[in-house]
Amino acid sequence: MKKKTLLSGNEAIARGAWEAGALFASSYPGTPSSEILENLTQYEEIKAEWAPNEKDAFMSAMGAMLAGARAMASMKHVGVNVAADPFMTLTYTGVNGGFVLVTADDPELHSSQNEQDNRHYARFAKVPMLEPSDSQEAKDFTKKAFEISETFDTPVMLRTVTRISHSKSPVELDERTVPDRPLGLVKDEAKYVMLPAYARERHKVIEERLVRLKTFAETFEGNTVEMKDTSVGVITGGISYQYAKEIFPNASFLKLGMSWPLPEKKIGEFIHKVDKVYVIEELDPFWEENIRAMGYTIDVGKNRVPLCGELSPTILAEIFDPDYRVPESAYAGMVPPRPPNLCAGCPHRAVLYVLKKNKLYVHGDIGCYTLGALPPLRAMSSSFSMGSSIGVCEGASQVLDEEAQGKMVCVIGDSTFLHSGITPLLNMVFNKANATVIILDNWITAMTGAQEHPGTGYTVTGEETTAVDYAELAKALGVVPENIRRVNPYNIGELDKVVKEETSKKGTSVIITKDAPCVLLRRAIKANNEPLYVDEAVCTGCRRCLELGCPAISWDAGKAGEYQAADGKVKKRKGQSWIDAMLCNGCGLCYQVCQIEAIRGRKTEVPFGFQLNKKKTVS
Amino acid sequence: MNSKVTNILVAGVGGQGVILASDVMADTFLEAGYDVKKSEVHGMAQRGGSVSSHIRFGKKVYSPIIKMGEVDYLCTMERMETLRWLNYCNKFTVILVDDIEVNPPIVNLGDMEYPQDIEKTLRNNFKSVHIIPATTIAAGLGTERAANVVLSGALSRLLDIDQEQWLKSLLAHLPEKLHELNKKAFLAGREALSNF
Repeated sequence: MKKKTLLSGNEAIARGAWEAGALFASSYPGTPSSEILENLTQYEEIKAEWAPNEKDAFMSAMGAMLAGARAMASMKHVGVNVAADPFMTLTYTGVNGGFVLVTADDPELHSSQNEQDNRHYARFAKVPMLEPSDSQEAKDFTKKAFEISETFDTPVMLRTVTRISHSKSPVELDERTVPDRPLGLVKDEAKYVMLPAYARERHKVIEERLVRLKTFAETFEGNTVEMKDTSVGVITGGISYQYAKEIFPNASFLKLGMSWPLPEKKIGEFIHKVDKVYVIEELDPFWEENIRAMGYTIDVGKNRVPLCGELSPTILAEIFDPDYRVPESAYAGMVPPRPPNLCAGCPHRAVLYVLKKNKLYVHGDIGCYTLGALPPLRAMSSSFSMGSSIGVCEGASQVLDEEAQGKMVCVIGDSTFLHSGITPLLNMVFNKANATVIILDNWITAMTGAQEHPGTGYTVTGEETTAVDYAELAKALGVVPENIRRVNPYNIGELDKVVKEETSKKGTSVIITKDAPCVLLRRAIKANNEPLYVDEAVCTGCRRCLELGCPAISWDAGKAGEYQAADGKVKKRKGQSWIDAMLCNGCGLCYQVCQIEAIRGRKTEVPFGFQLNKKKTVS
Repeated sequence: MNSKVTNILVAGVGGQGVILASDVMADTFLEAGYDVKKSEVHGMAQRGGSVSSHIRFGKKVYSPIIKMGEVDYLCTMERMETLRWLNYCNKFTVILVDDIEVNPPIVNLGDMEYPQDIEKTLRNNFKSVHIIPATTIAAGLGTERAANVVLSGALSRLLDIDQEQWLKSLLAHLPEKLHELNKKAFLAGREALSNF
């Protein structure tokens, strides 16, 4: 037996691409997909890239494929929406080298804005989709996907979910084999130029291809039958297979490793051998509806299995095991929730605080700053999709009166701005919107765990490259130079002044935060500042500092009662604030928010922000 | 080999080393010849958020996540976090807790109180509860950050797994300059449990 290694689903997909001889991979970070591309950088034979967005990643992978390489584009489920335009036509042209699109779905929305079921894309685009149920299959199916792609002249989708991407299980490793095919572009206009006349012909080709893929699905080794007790036959696949095996240890199983197209004959044979048919699948009734359309009766499907959220052994046991009850917690009280929070010293905090103080309606976007919608900041009122902040702000400004226009801003992170914010900003300028855009430049794609992007100055492998200058870019799009402002967000007074000035101006304004990298970006921050402290003789317990929602600042009700103030008078308070020196990195925000100088630094001067290692290469 | 699957749930607060401790466990059980699955959720800004990791090992493991009520060992790196996972436990669940409190924001703001009766709840409902000063022990060795390793050391005493293998897996995850400290932390955890 070969030695096994524990790999996450994402590590296994990267390994599978390497073993399959892939030469190119591109991606935009997004949970739960990000580690696929990060892991690919360890293989020097593969050119791995972060792209500005998923469509760019997809198109680059298409180009590498066109040049004869095996190529992969990986992204989270909502990223496929961004890449859908080239994808829906790539399915018409087919491939030269093998092409695999990895979609990492996020049932339960652990870190997403929706929980769409991307199995529908396979049917929509008429392409095969493989769906692994553990890391071994994640690796094996990735290799198989490249083979199917070349055999059937089709892009192939590989779908994972969070519990596959981020779970580890044992994998047998193999060597890399590169397909024996020369690299080079091929001239074939009827295949690769999708003029209507050519595309009309290609449509017929892909319908015929789908018929051949259905035949292939009948014998695909990833579609497996395990016959045991025939009173119940479970049709399932992916992570749902693992949960169902826990709950129905003695049932017969048809496990679909290929989610689309379905092996109709195999399904029919299985159904005829069992008394009752259970279809166990997460999210939508995708298999259920397609199997019903074949004319079969399904006894248990979405009539009993939930449509929303993840499945789990617990959920299935509650439905199918009459003896199972979710245990009651031995603790009767309510456990205080512990949601993720903006870090101590986070540069977003000041911006959100100032916008709230100015009572502005804030269109937010996708990033850590979306957490600013939660209490105590509550400084965000809309957030839809990548780049939507600027887009919706433009439209809203066109129907609102001047006063309301001035009471609204949009905020977007640097990575998100480069992903999908440039064209909506262009739209603002083009249509003369009275609107203010705030770009929260923290020098990195922070929420997904610090990935480089075209504004950071580094590639995925850490190689230096050009960095976008947001102010110059805004100018080039047509924003007038006096409406482009760069401001240190840790300086609350200056930030407040700039926000007030720009929101009262006519035309489109762009405010860019400067010298404010993510506090977790170690290459940028030279050192933390000295932690601040609360002077117990001065703090009146006004709670103003607590409005920042900083994890380092706490309320100590034990300090309630009378106290002698610094001026000698005896006063009363309900408690006071204290600062945890372990968590405080001395960003200086609470020092500025405290109006009675109860918060102090150990040094005389409290800096507004951090000392940085290296200025970004922008003016 | 026993066909029963052993279920371990490790929980704590973002930044405490829950993921590292569970990665080491998973490697250890694989090296010991078992089938292993491990699952956790990352993404979002998990700093300061609640974090948990499921580790399951046995002859054959299907689901990477544990059914509620079937945790055999619950290891929590913060007192209150123990309460969050009690409905994953049964009365035979062995509970190991690091004896420290980290306030969540809602407690910091004074809007909710930190639960007061944790130890009583645990002792009244579970047969085997070990409250270990893991952070204090780790701080004594040089860094609080090794509390996760102290707790892992304590757990290792309860499982029929070769401790040398566990140590080997642990050190493979760490840079060499941290080897000596973490070895001490692991052994101190084993020692701490024997004091019960």
